[in-house]
Amino acid sequence: MKSITIKQPLKLDCGKEISNFPLAYETYGNLNEKKDNAILVFHALTGDQFASGINPVTNKEGWWNYAVGPGKAFDTDKFFVICANVIGGCMGSYGPGTIDPSTNKPIGTNFPVITINDMVNAQYNLLDHFKIEKLFAVAGGSMGGMQVLQFVSNFPNKAKVALPIACTASHSAQNIAFNELGRQAIMSDINWKDGLYDGQTNNPDKGLAVARMAAHITYLSKKGLQEKFGRNLQERSDLKFGFDADFQIESYLRYQGSVFVDRFDANSYLYITRAMDYFDLTKQYGGNLSKAFKESKTKFFIISFTSDWLYPTSENKDIVIALNAIGADVGFVEIKTDKGHDSFLLDVPDFLSTIKNYLNTTYLNINERRI
Amino acid sequence: MKEEFKVISELINEKSRVLDVGCGDGILMEYLLKNKVVDARGLEISKEKVKKCLSNGLAVVEGNAEHDLKQFPDLSFDYVILSQTLQAFMSPENVIKDLLRVGKKVIVTIPNFGHWKVRLDLLFKGEMPITKNLPYEWYNTPNLHMCTIQDFYNFCHNKGINIFKTISLNGQKTSKITSSNLKFKNLISELGIFLLEK
Repeated sequence: MKSITIKQPLKLDCGKEISNFPLAYETYGNLNEKKDNAILVFHALTGDQFASGINPVTNKEGWWNYAVGPGKAFDTDKFFVICANVIGGCMGSYGPGTIDPSTNKPIGTNFPVITINDMVNAQYNLLDHFKIEKLFAVAGGSMGGMQVLQFVSNFPNKAKVALPIACTASHSAQNIAFNELGRQAIMSDINWKDGLYDGQTNNPDKGLAVARMAAHITYLSKKGLQEKFGRNLQERSDLKFGFDADFQIESYLRYQGSVFVDRFDANSYLYITRAMDYFDLTKQYGGNLSKAFKESKTKFFIISFTSDWLYPTSENKDIVIALNAIGADVGFVEIKTDKGHDSFLLDVPDFLSTIKNYLNTTYLNINERRI
Repeated sequence: MKEEFKVISELINEKSRVLDVGCGDGILMEYLLKNKVVDARGLEISKEKVKKCLSNGLAVVEGNAEHDLKQFPDLSFDYVILSQTLQAFMSPENVIKDLLRVGKKVIVTIPNFGHWKVRLDLLFKGEMPITKNLPYEWYNTPNLHMCTIQDFYNFCHNKGINIFKTISLNGQKTSKITSSNLKFKNLISELGIFLLEK
């Protein structure tokens, strides 16, 4: 697993300082000689650095395998795609699961509370690592989109193009509520032990699985669920008058919960959902979101999905409005799909082809016009 | 290239900021980017067309001019263009008001319902006219508020909107419209192109 050690101290929003910490990353494609073809991709809540191909830890397809790869939307024949595991995560970056050498146990809830801003500031070190003066693009969906917005506001001249997808500039009460539900599920698990479980045996898997099940529902749409599962029964011809998974949807959610705990740390789930809840870029700029982007010449392309009720079009449009208010270069489209918030991770051809064409054309335009 | 777009392009100064309202698949924007090196933005209601624009790297936002012009600050564009779309709005008056708020200058083009072929259709056939620029049946037309060049001229006059220039387009032929030839041009023009200012 590739990683850099960030030596210089990083001052976190909570006031604490961290230094000499690891940031795990993966890259796809090749950085060209001019170093002008790099795209930094940010992952969402449960993602990691393995965006494309086969994730070597889970042996499953990378979370953005539909979008990142040779000939795909983020075409790795042309672009050099970098993706890092966020701090607070559990795939090699500094997080609550990192072993504290003084106790030989995971840091657990002694890990400082981190924010989207902290995540982005940590990942900025990758530009120095690869000696990239300016990224061609920053991109990401959901929490990845929040990182895109934060990145451009922190580093206004470090990306030519920004693609925030299915996200928000200010985490809504409804989304905080869903995250709190997940956290309470974890913290109610007897194995959680105030976050100081050993990470080997007896982890708060039940709580984490319930958190995942609840969250998974919010990633889909009512119509999508109805069409995929309806009231179909799971390997039985009639109801069993008990609390087993009678319905396919129950079985599906249980499966999603059970496979999730094999690859994800419960404390990371707490920390990362907290970072999302704390995200309010509008507030960071005194109630005026436009100010976040005032210094930037970045070209924005914002995408939302019709059936996404978690990060609805209206919240994505607020970002568009803030950008138009300062005459920024912004494109926006709402993609029609029944696949809910998860659309950005799935094979939604309109979405993928529009990004592919947009990136390829813009890369050519920028080079031709020598902007 | 549509003759109309050439006329619009000639009305626009180089390197100005332009908003194309109802920009369609972005052909006019591309033309202006190439010929006038403008800083162009677009607003378009059709998802398909917005995707096409974005695929070509154009800064186009999906939206409806009747609600979404709000987001653009006062006088934030040198030119705002509305090409053959005014008749499709619920409230053309409010849209024009908003265009004049957002743009220092506004270019509006109007498919002319006063053209002689349109008049003859109604007079002799007694049927709603169907022409090259107005190809719809009465029951499926998106055009809610058809008007003539004379109508729009009167509208501007009544609302105190300054008309800088009016150009008639008839096939490939362009000519100037003035107050003295207005009655005649209203009879022979397929399209009226107006350059306005508040």
